[in-house]
Amino acid sequence: MSGPSLIPSPLVVVVGAGPAGSRAALSAARCGARVVLVDSSERVGGRYGRRPAAVTDGEVTSVTHPLEVAVAVQHRIEHLAGATVWALEPGPAPGRHLVHLQQGPADDRGRPVRTLTADALVLCTGAFDRTLPFPGWELPGVVTAGAAQALAEGQRTAVGARAVVSGTGPFLLPVALSLLDVGAHVLGVYEAGNPARWLRSPAAALRDGGPGRLAELGSYAAGLARGRVPYRTRHAVVAAHGRDRVEAVTVARLDAGWHPVPGSEQRLAPVDAVCVGYGFTPQLELPLAAGCAVRDGHVVIDGRQATTVPGVYAAGELTGIAGAPAAAAEGELAGLSAVADLAERQWVAAAGGTAPGAGLTPPPPARLAAVAARVRSGQRFGQALARAHPVPGGWRGWLREDTLVCRCEEVSYGELRDAVVARGADGMRALKLACRAGLGACQGRVCGRNTAELAAAFLGAPVADPHAMDRRPLAHPVRLGDLAGPPDGAGDVTSDPPVSPDTR
Amino acid sequence: MRVLRKEREYINGAADADVVVVGSGIVGAACAESLTRRGAQVLVLDRGPLAAGTTACGEGNLLVSGRAPGPGLALAQASLRRWPRLLAALREELGPGRAECEYEAKGGLVVATDDPSGIALRAFAAAQRAAGVDARELAQGEAAAYEPHLTPGVRAAVHYPEDAQLQPVLAATSLLAAVRARGGRIRTDVEVTGVETGRDGQRIVGVRTSEGRVPCGAVVNACGPWAGQFAAAAGAPLPVLPRQGTVLVTAPLPHGTVRHKVYDAGYVRAVGNADAALQVAAVVEATQAGTVLIGSSRRAGFDATLRADVLRALARGAARLFPVLGGVPVMRAYGGFRPYTPDHLPVVGEDPRRPGLWHATGHEGAGIGLAAATGELLAELWAGEPPHVDPEPFRAGRFASAAF
Ligand SMILES: Cc1cc2nc3c(=O)[nH]c(=O)nc-3n(C[C@H](O)[C@H](O)[C@H](O)COP(=O)(O)OP(=O)(O)OC[C@H]3O[C@@H](n4cnc5c(N)ncnc54)[C@H](O)[C@@H]3O)c2cc1C
Ligand SMILES: Cc1cc2nc3c(=O)[nH]c(=O)nc-3n(C[C@H](O)[C@H](O)[C@H](O)COP(=O)(O)OP(=O)(O)OC[C@H]3O[C@@H](n4cnc5c(N)ncnc54)[C@H](O)[C@@H]3O)c2cc1C
Repeated sequence: MSGPSLIPSPLVVVVGAGPAGSRAALSAARCGARVVLVDSSERVGGRYGRRPAAVTDGEVTSVTHPLEVAVAVQHRIEHLAGATVWALEPGPAPGRHLVHLQQGPADDRGRPVRTLTADALVLCTGAFDRTLPFPGWELPGVVTAGAAQALAEGQRTAVGARAVVSGTGPFLLPVALSLLDVGAHVLGVYEAGNPARWLRSPAAALRDGGPGRLAELGSYAAGLARGRVPYRTRHAVVAAHGRDRVEAVTVARLDAGWHPVPGSEQRLAPVDAVCVGYGFTPQLELPLAAGCAVRDGHVVIDGRQATTVPGVYAAGELTGIAGAPAAAAEGELAGLSAVADLAERQWVAAAGGTAPGAGLTPPPPARLAAVAARVRSGQRFGQALARAHPVPGGWRGWLREDTLVCRCEEVSYGELRDAVVARGADGMRALKLACRAGLGACQGRVCGRNTAELAAAFLGAPVADPHAMDRRPLAHPVRLGDLAGPPDGAGDVTSDPPVSPDTR
Repeated sequence: MRVLRKEREYINGAADADVVVVGSGIVGAACAESLTRRGAQVLVLDRGPLAAGTTACGEGNLLVSGRAPGPGLALAQASLRRWPRLLAALREELGPGRAECEYEAKGGLVVATDDPSGIALRAFAAAQRAAGVDARELAQGEAAAYEPHLTPGVRAAVHYPEDAQLQPVLAATSLLAAVRARGGRIRTDVEVTGVETGRDGQRIVGVRTSEGRVPCGAVVNACGPWAGQFAAAAGAPLPVLPRQGTVLVTAPLPHGTVRHKVYDAGYVRAVGNADAALQVAAVVEATQAGTVLIGSSRRAGFDATLRADVLRALARGAARLFPVLGGVPVMRAYGGFRPYTPDHLPVVGEDPRRPGLWHATGHEGAGIGLAAATGELLAELWAGEPPHVDPEPFRAGRFASAAF
């Protein structure tokens, strides 16, 4: 703590220790804030951080992420590893939030529940792979592209001996390479889109992605060529087959709207792994719990990463998908903006005679402007990426009556249609209760977005509450006993006598 | 009922209606079902998606157990008798799939874990028996046979075989499917902003909506916790207020872990404490999917913010009743707003201040259970038939002198 002040510096809580969160923590701490950096995984680095793994003498060792070192040596940052935020609550004063978390391995009992009071909250919870349903996607052996790559790079293990990769986006290339790298035979990479489009704005790609980006993509392509992996655009795995696990797939040619071209279907066998990735879905439950506005699936932010809720900032893939460097730049800006706002708030408080400023050194405007410029370039890159890899609705034509749309609760396409068309459930909240889609273990993370799009197609209009399934006030499961706390009843909510249940 | 020709055809080809039902929750759905069964031309309007208000935010207990003798109990008894018959008729009319509501007559178990509440519970059950409720006091140790995982600390237990449950959204959408099958019309995303009155300035001749005017002979205010707002907009204020409630949902458990709807009898000591800031009473029940629902809290107002202390209190109450639940993951928390009135009885009937304006609201934490009798009672009164329950205690006029 700098300065002789007795009042501790304000506390910035950063959720997510990926490139965005780590950068946010570092920039806020370097400006004098106390920071708690919370992440449910053990290591700093986020999803990208899983990548660097090395094999020495047959032993898999994970390489330390550069951000991990930076975070470790910054004494104002407390890194809570293996800590999951399960709820957010406004309070105790405007702009401040209670962050409820639980630490320890996910399956342990008696994991301590803890609450932090954040003077500013930076949400950097990232995104997860989007999967589209197709007949057979529930078979063992069908995995997300991200999971396949994480397994390959983290554990040096291939998901299968004969794999296919299907989906859309530049991310499919490194996934295929990582599979080759651990000895899998990759039968093909099927890019449903037409990334030649990407080349329609090469100037933007160069400016915003930087030459490094294009070189990166070029090296992936070269790698695939060396591995003799066929790369087909406008193609996708539209069905997986097998009894107890995947044994074969059907690949079809797609038109521009992703409708399979009749007669183009081809069966590939034997296949024992299908890696699927149709872009990414931001992990929205914490921003929604905080009350942040969300548009088109992303958290709405201003030019300084502030969300629509005072005291809450968002950075990284929550706001758009543009790769690790862009996420890091947003994180840095979010951390700086949080401190700048806190310094202002403190000054206001001090003027009111309540709390003197405490050791914050807000960033100079020039620094903010420089970071903001990097952020804007990253966002342009993200927008170009999104434009180059849309997910048009033709995938709905891959589904059959009995194709599962929700794997957890085994809800079929036909059952979903019945709930919308026959029962008239035209909003996501009632829809999930009418057919159970999204009520299972993943709480709609996998099926929520697809279900909303299917419902909209049945209705011929967007659903009124597309993000109802992303709303998870309980962001992660907590054991009832842990939630209840020690059984002595200490700290009960109220001394009011209990009243009747719902009977009046 | 007089409808002016030129006022027809406002809502996308929807002409006038005998009755416009405002609100597609369980109560509006039940009213529309009962009205269409009597041949009325019904138009159901909801400003949100279908059945997505309170009806999609609560539990589906159909209970007589918690009610003291009085008009509320009489309505509950009538409604609980009516539900299975109504569902059977819907199955007949719509086919089993579309009428599926996960109805289960599983019975309720009310337990007391200390002696004072045990004494109160027994007295309460005795009074209920006198009012015709099947309330069976269990002998010491007998509760364990009903609920093997129940805490051994039970001091008194009463079994209520009449208590049942169903899934509210399925029930509402089934009722509305019947309405549609009978030619009734349902429109969502249409807000009703007010009413139109005839030459006398009193009688309703139509409603104003976000999409134009609809001539009609009667309007049913089934706006749930927003019914007070709609009543005011219709020029006949009504004291219906919201009370927030939160429910926890666990991961699925093996069937039979929790067999009945089980709750704590602490309530007997303090009924009707509507004004306290927050109250929590443990109610534990399993759904057909195997998940266990844990309710429920009460807090005044429209504030939906999650509060961790509420979740904690709910968890504590459930773990006290069923220690086995301690190791079970809670997967989800949700909540909604119960619509309540100052005397905790619903409002069902025509408003004397605005002939043609009908109310069916204020069911608080029992709207699912009470919907079947509510819809029927409203339709009986509308059609001039003899009502199957005494409508007097539910009249809208009873609040006329209240200041609100
Ligand atoms: C396998 C893989 C390979 C990739 N390869 C590349 C590449 O080569 N180049 C590139 O530019 N990009 C790559 N990316 C994309 C890159 O990972 C992302 O752009 C970047 O990680 C986004 O950073 P982020 O900080 O927004 O989110 P993330 O890195 O996803 O970090 C989010 C963090 O939040 C934590 N979290 C979420 N919710 C909670 C909660 N409730 N409580 C506690 N913690 C929580 C998560 O544990 C996670 O660590 C790859 C992504 C994947 C999945
Ligand atoms: C946590 C919780 C647990 C509960 N548990 C139980 C239980 O176990 N058993 C039980 O019986 N009851 C229970 N309830 C109570 C029950 O859910 C309600 O009593 C019931 O759903 C009320 O139904 P409704 O149709 O009156 O209201 P709602 O379902 O809220 O429907 C009202 C509809 O009116 C619409 N609307 C409002 N204003 C307008 C307007 N101006 N124009 C157009 N449309 C409008 C709304 O959009 C809404 O869809 C519980 C409630 C809660 C919150």
